[in-house]
Amino acid sequence: MSYILEILPSLLEGAQLTLKIFLWTVVGSIPLGLIVGLGLTSHFVPLKAILKFYVWLMRGTPLLLQLIFVFYGLPLIGSGALTLQRYDAALFAFILNYTAYFAEIFRGGLQSIDHGQYESAKVLRLSYLQTVRKVITPQVLKIVLPSIGNEVINLVKDSSLVYVIGLGDLLRAGNVATSRDVTLVPLILVGVIYLLMTAVLTFILRKLEQHYSYWK
Amino acid sequence: MLELKNISKEYNKRVILDHVNMTVEDGEIMCIVGESGAGKTTLLRCISGLERIDGGQILIDGKEFDPYSNQNNDSVIGVVFQEYQLFPHLKVLENITLAPIMVLKKKEAEARQEAMQLLEGLSLADKAKLYPYQLSGGQKQRVAIARAMAMKPRILCYDEPTSALDPGLRDTVKNIILDLKKSGMTQIVVTHDMDFAKQIADSILKVKPSRG
Repeated sequence: MSYILEILPSLLEGAQLTLKIFLWTVVGSIPLGLIVGLGLTSHFVPLKAILKFYVWLMRGTPLLLQLIFVFYGLPLIGSGALTLQRYDAALFAFILNYTAYFAEIFRGGLQSIDHGQYESAKVLRLSYLQTVRKVITPQVLKIVLPSIGNEVINLVKDSSLVYVIGLGDLLRAGNVATSRDVTLVPLILVGVIYLLMTAVLTFILRKLEQHYSYWK
Repeated sequence: MLELKNISKEYNKRVILDHVNMTVEDGEIMCIVGESGAGKTTLLRCISGLERIDGGQILIDGKEFDPYSNQNNDSVIGVVFQEYQLFPHLKVLENITLAPIMVLKKKEAEARQEAMQLLEGLSLADKAKLYPYQLSGGQKQRVAIARAMAMKPRILCYDEPTSALDPGLRDTVKNIILDLKKSGMTQIVVTHDMDFAKQIADSILKVKPSRG
C-alpha cells in the first residue's frame, strides 16, 4: 500500500498529460470534424476531392507514424521553420488524425438527414448557415453520438502513443516505475486509472444520449 | 396575381414541363391535377423556388420574379410538403417561430404570440409544447400550415395535402383551405384527387405527361 502511495503522484502527473491531450483533441477535432464533414457532403468537387484525400491519408497511415512525422519529420522538411514542441506536435497530430475520423462519422450523419429538411428550411428562407446550425446539426449530433463516443474512448487509449516523441503520459509513468522497481503493480494501477477515465466518459456519453432522447 | 408563361423544365434531357401557362388571381384557390409523373410536383417546386426553371417567365403582379434566387421577404412562397417536413428536434411552437425569429428578425415574444394565434386558429393551441413525433398526421399537417403562414407568404402551396390522411380528415383540410381563402390567402394545391380539387378550386389546371 505504501508503495502505491509512493508511485501514485508520478502516475497522476502522467494521467494529467493524458487528460490534457485528450481534452484538447476532443475540443479541436469534433468541431473541425463537423466542418470537414460538411465539406465532404458539399457539391463543390475540388473541395470534396481535397478533403477525401486528407481523410484517406489520415485513416490510411498509422497514428504512430503521423506523430513521428510531425515531431521529427516536419523540422527536416521546413529546415527548422516547422519545428514544434513535443506537446504541440502531439496535439497537432492527434487533432489532424481524429478530425478525419470524426469527419467521416459526421458525413454519415449528414447524409442520413432527409433532403426535405433542407428544402423546408429553404422555403422558410433560412440561409445555409442558419439551416446547418438550427436544423441539421442538432439532428446529426443525435445520430452520430454513439459513434463519436466510440472514437472518444479510443482517443483516451491512443493518447498513450505520445511516448514515442518522449512525452511523459500515464503509460510512460507506469512503464518507468515498473522497470525501475521490477514489479507489475504500477502497470496494474495504470490499467485501473485508464478504466476509471473511460468509465467516467461512458457515463457522460450515456447522459448525453439521454439528453437527446427528448425527441425521435 | 401570379402568372406563369411558357414554363419549361427538364431532368436529364427528359422534358417534364413543356411550356406550361397558368394564372392565379389573388385570393383564389388554384388546383393542379394530373396523374402521377405528369409533373405536378415539379411545377410546384418551380413556383416555390426549389427548382430552377429552364425556360419561361414567372410574374408576380406583372413583375418578373425568380423564386429560385428571390431573397425578398415580402414575396415568400410558402410550402406545405407532402411529408410535412417538420423539424423533429423542435417543439411545435419552436417549429413555427424559428423562421420568423431568424429570418424576419422578430422578437421572440412577438413571434411566440403570433404563433400561438395561428395554432389557436387551427385548434392546436394545446399542442404547442409537444414534439412532432407526438402528433398525428393531421396535426402535423396543420403545424406545417401554421409554420408556412408565420412567414406571411404571398402564396401558400400544398403538395398532395390529402394523400397521407385518413379519408375522414379530408374535410378538415378542405375547411382549413377554404377558411384561409376567406382571409384572402392565395393558394395552390397539387393533388391527384379530382373530387377534392372540384370541391375547393376556383380554377383547375390539368397537367399531362409530356412526350419527349
